Amino acid sequence: MWRKIIDGTVENEFLYYFFRSTSALVSSSLCLIILLSALFAPLISASNPYDLTTFDLLDSLTPPFWEEKGSSRFLLGTDDQGRDLLSSILYGTRLSLAIGVTSIVFAVVIGVSLGLMAGYFGGRFDAVVMRIADVQLSLPAILTALLIDGIARGLLPASEHDRLMFFVLVVAIGLSLWVNFARTARASTFVERNKEYVQAAEIMGLPKWRILLTHILPNIMSPLLVIMTIDLAIAILLEATLSFLGVGVPANQPSLGTLIRIGTEYIFSGEWWIVIFPSLMLIILIISVNMVGDFLRDVLNPKLK
Amino acid sequence: MFRFILIRLAQSIFVMFVVSLIAFSLFRFVGDPVAQMVGQETSIQDQERLRERLGLNDPVPVQFVRFLRDLGTGNFGFSYRTRQPIGEMFLDRMPATLELSFVSLLISLAFGIPAGIYTALKRGRFSSSAMLILTLIGVSVPTFVIGIFLIYIFGVQLTVLPTFGRGETIAIGWWKTNFLTVEGLRALVLPALTLGIYQLALTMRLVRSEMLEVLRTDYIKFAVARGLNYRSIYFHHALKNSMMPVITIVGLQLGGIIAFSIVTESVFQWPGMGLLFLESIQFVDIPVMSSYLVIIAFLFVIINLIVDLLYFVIDPRIGSATDSQI
Repeated sequence: MWRKIIDGTVENEFLYYFFRSTSALVSSSLCLIILLSALFAPLISASNPYDLTTFDLLDSLTPPFWEEKGSSRFLLGTDDQGRDLLSSILYGTRLSLAIGVTSIVFAVVIGVSLGLMAGYFGGRFDAVVMRIADVQLSLPAILTALLIDGIARGLLPASEHDRLMFFVLVVAIGLSLWVNFARTARASTFVERNKEYVQAAEIMGLPKWRILLTHILPNIMSPLLVIMTIDLAIAILLEATLSFLGVGVPANQPSLGTLIRIGTEYIFSGEWWIVIFPSLMLIILIISVNMVGDFLRDVLNPKLK
Repeated sequence: MFRFILIRLAQSIFVMFVVSLIAFSLFRFVGDPVAQMVGQETSIQDQERLRERLGLNDPVPVQFVRFLRDLGTGNFGFSYRTRQPIGEMFLDRMPATLELSFVSLLISLAFGIPAGIYTALKRGRFSSSAMLILTLIGVSVPTFVIGIFLIYIFGVQLTVLPTFGRGETIAIGWWKTNFLTVEGLRALVLPALTLGIYQLALTMRLVRSEMLEVLRTDYIKFAVARGLNYRSIYFHHALKNSMMPVITIVGLQLGGIIAFSIVTESVFQWPGMGLLFLESIQFVDIPVMSSYLVIIAFLFVIINLIVDLLYFVIDPRIGSATDSQI
């Protein structure tokens, strides 16, 4: 029934595949729900987990509402400070997504501009960029991110540290992920460079930056889009890992990784909800972003399948 | 062929050179080494004397050459935090990391390869679709979350396995091993599973796609047309050719395992090199950080080099292709 409607009405190829794929529909609606609830976290959550005055130590370690000692005021229970866990998770997702998206933007800006220039100009610039990329690739992303984080710890004064942690994480994660974008952009630009529309633009005497940004870039977007989605999942994972390891965002503004780290301290005393719910949220978030990425890859880049 | 090896070697040396340069600048320019080594009450004169003795007043290139020479002889300097020689610290921790990595690699290959072949051959069956969904979860769930769930199930609910530390170890020379005691082996189970599950899922997906690729080729179609039985086609013709990339997989895996052992060691308080690195970041112990960087980069470069060379030995087409390209 559903498929028949789609077959009759949807003209656009991309949308056609989108509406026909169950996993794409499910995962993108999950992503949308998570994104919206993160954006509007201050409006929909019961309390503000950053505001010390709104919670009470007497409420601490309340289990979820369906357990015997649970309370309908705290649907998923509370943590050791008496904070509503659901609110913490919503705010934490908001922070995790914000760091993930910002660091991908950072990685795209660096990677794509270097890749475009390397592919278009070639020569020595290309060689230098690609050698740097080689060195970067010889170290795993998590190690690069940890190192940059460690260096920032050494360079920044301790008082500034917590305040700037957001940007430190963005730089650390962005710098460990730019290589993928640079290599893909370079390879695609290499192909586009010799096409007629680029030659035409060159003969018209357009400035180089305009050829790169308004002529070549739109034509190499689809492989970049695929990597962007897949790397967003990796960025969220990296942020969660760094925060879990205790070198990410500070505990008074917890992201999902920080919440999980705090929760592990209660796992042996039976307060399982503090660690399980943030973990589930993180898993759902990463799996749905990954599934959207898989779908985009299959549709936009059938060769990679 | 000779040229191919030479180019790869030059690349590896270049990578190591850049990494040591980064490690050197870390040590030299992030914070003042002298201020880290002495206490508050040390006089300016004493600090200057120490600075001179450490050679920190020499020109920077001279210092870098000395740094390289020290690395070459295995002299990594002293930790700011524990004041011990770093080389010894890492040597002490290395067996823990290597044993953990070895067992995880074993788990991921022993289960990942057969499962990958199975899902490729039995495409569309319920069991293989279920396995594929499991691998999607396997590659999406962060390592530390897997670890926490395993701790919760086996350590807290069932209380059958230890959840932190190495348990009992037996020393063979300086190498402390987990393999010879029951307690040591039991302590290995959860960390090795945690570290291995992601790699298992990855191996399975790679083997599956490689096998599907080979099954599509002409010579398999021809073998089918000749009426050979499927068992012989799958296991003689297809499997042999899809096993080639397994070497690359093992290489990739080793890299991933060593990197993610940092996380696993933190979850299980496993006293390996990763945990040492993590502690050094928290305490801004720069010499330990930069030594870890050099050691890991060296391991990676060696692994990649061996993988590339083996690949070339097995499939000479690769070497000739690169030769004509360059």
